Amino acid sequence: MTTNPPPDLAPPRPAATTSPSPDVPAKISVRGLSFHYGAQQALFDNSLDIPAGRVTAIIGPSGCGKSTHIRVYNRIFELYRDQRATGEVWLDGENILAPGVDVIELRRRVGMIFQKPTPFPLTVYENLAYGLRLHYRVKGAELDDRIESALRAAALWDEVKDKLHRSGSALSGGQQQRLCIARAIAVEPEVLLMDEPTSAIDPVATSRIEELIVELKASYTIVIVTHNMQQAARLSDDTAFFYQGRIVEFGSTTDLFTNPRQKQTEDYITGRFG
Amino acid sequence: MRRRPAWPRKAADVAVKTVSALAAAVGLGFLAWILVVVVRHGAAALNWTFLTSLPAPPGGSGGGLGNALLGTVVMTVLACALGVPVGMLAGVYLAEYGRGTRLATAVRFLANVMMGIPSIIIGLFVYAVIVLPAGHFSGWAGAVALALLVLPVVARTTEDMLGLVPNSLRESALALGAPHWRATVQILFRACRAGLLTGVLLAVARVSGETAPLLFTALNSPYWPQSLSGPTANLTVTIFNYAMSPYPAWQQAAWGASLIITLGVLALTIVSRALARERK
Repeated sequence: MTTNPPPDLAPPRPAATTSPSPDVPAKISVRGLSFHYGAQQALFDNSLDIPAGRVTAIIGPSGCGKSTHIRVYNRIFELYRDQRATGEVWLDGENILAPGVDVIELRRRVGMIFQKPTPFPLTVYENLAYGLRLHYRVKGAELDDRIESALRAAALWDEVKDKLHRSGSALSGGQQQRLCIARAIAVEPEVLLMDEPTSAIDPVATSRIEELIVELKASYTIVIVTHNMQQAARLSDDTAFFYQGRIVEFGSTTDLFTNPRQKQTEDYITGRFG
Repeated sequence: MRRRPAWPRKAADVAVKTVSALAAAVGLGFLAWILVVVVRHGAAALNWTFLTSLPAPPGGSGGGLGNALLGTVVMTVLACALGVPVGMLAGVYLAEYGRGTRLATAVRFLANVMMGIPSIIIGLFVYAVIVLPAGHFSGWAGAVALALLVLPVVARTTEDMLGLVPNSLRESALALGAPHWRATVQILFRACRAGLLTGVLLAVARVSGETAPLLFTALNSPYWPQSLSGPTANLTVTIFNYAMSPYPAWQQAAWGASLIITLGVLALTIVSRALARERK
């Protein structure tokens, strides 16, 4: 994958409203993205720029297309035959929706954390080794080191260092979710997609994961879908408000929450609907 | 408003409870009766010689069914070696790759039909395509016939078990960059391994008691199976032949063979139940 695209591959100039912070380079540029579940359209002409090295939150009422939107970034939606995306999603100057894209490599670069923790039916150690072995020729002490540093980065090492060879599903819910985060960052991605990562986790574990997300921001571009507006306000630098498959407003989190430009955004964040 | 009286509801409850308990008791009763009869007649025949030696000549006494036991085991193992991999791959196609395609719908329908085909027709089919062209009965033909019975059962079980694996697990393996086949074999199979094994064991239990598909294929033989290219001794056809014979020793041996099969199927079922419980 090229980092400096030839001019004809470069994304079109972003429209002024799609980028919350024009001074930060975009990691992902979405242009004219529409999405269909069978005959039903779920996303309408989405365009936005996800700034590199920051946390972007996507908020909106249930069914507004937030998850659908980020599930395009790693093309995981392609598992389902009736789902179809049109438009462009540029990752560092490469349109990942174009034919011929190496989906395996795309998914290494763009990791994903899901709503429910999904440890593989393997030991803690093997949960991490699995992804590493998929993408790297690594074994022995080097594998051990990679696993330890990923678990440390996910703030889980101290809790599991004596249980590395026990089943991953024996951990608590919050630990399982951090295991999934460790598994995702072990393969050295550039982007982390988080699809309501704390909605199945208790409040104490949630705050640990939120702290972790803030730490991870230094190394990864993070896109988090959440229906918890406090969480979006606490964690994110920029926020996009989705409604009925359209991006209503996208701006810096402070602006969007204190001074929304759109009436719909204001109604949603003040709890008038959603 | 007038209240609806309680007694009709209570009476209906008692009636349904009684009838269903009776039905369960009848079913269990027959099972127990079968077991008692088979054990009573068969236990006398069972001993080490019975399990390890050749049958007695007609009218003679002693001897055993070692050759038939060996033949049944060999043909069942071979049937699994042929039927389980193909069945599992077909199940993987149905559950993973072909979801929602017309081919998958057609394959699933055919697998269901195949499961419902009387096994004697499978036997006739193999007789027509293998035994007749080859000119003789063979253990290979018997194994193929049994494999055709294993295949749809394993395919459907594999599909059902993979279908029970939550999509979130499938997605997280793929989202990590696993190719679909590696996600299936290394993660999804592991998540449902108890169920898969149960399916295979139940298929084995089913075919190890089949007679009809072997009648026209493996036939039977009073000798040790030297190779599978000729008629091959097996327990079920032996039961069929011996039970109808006029010789008391052979009738006794038929009971013994019945007991062996019954115990074998019982053991396989218990193991698969235990595995299924472990899954939960």
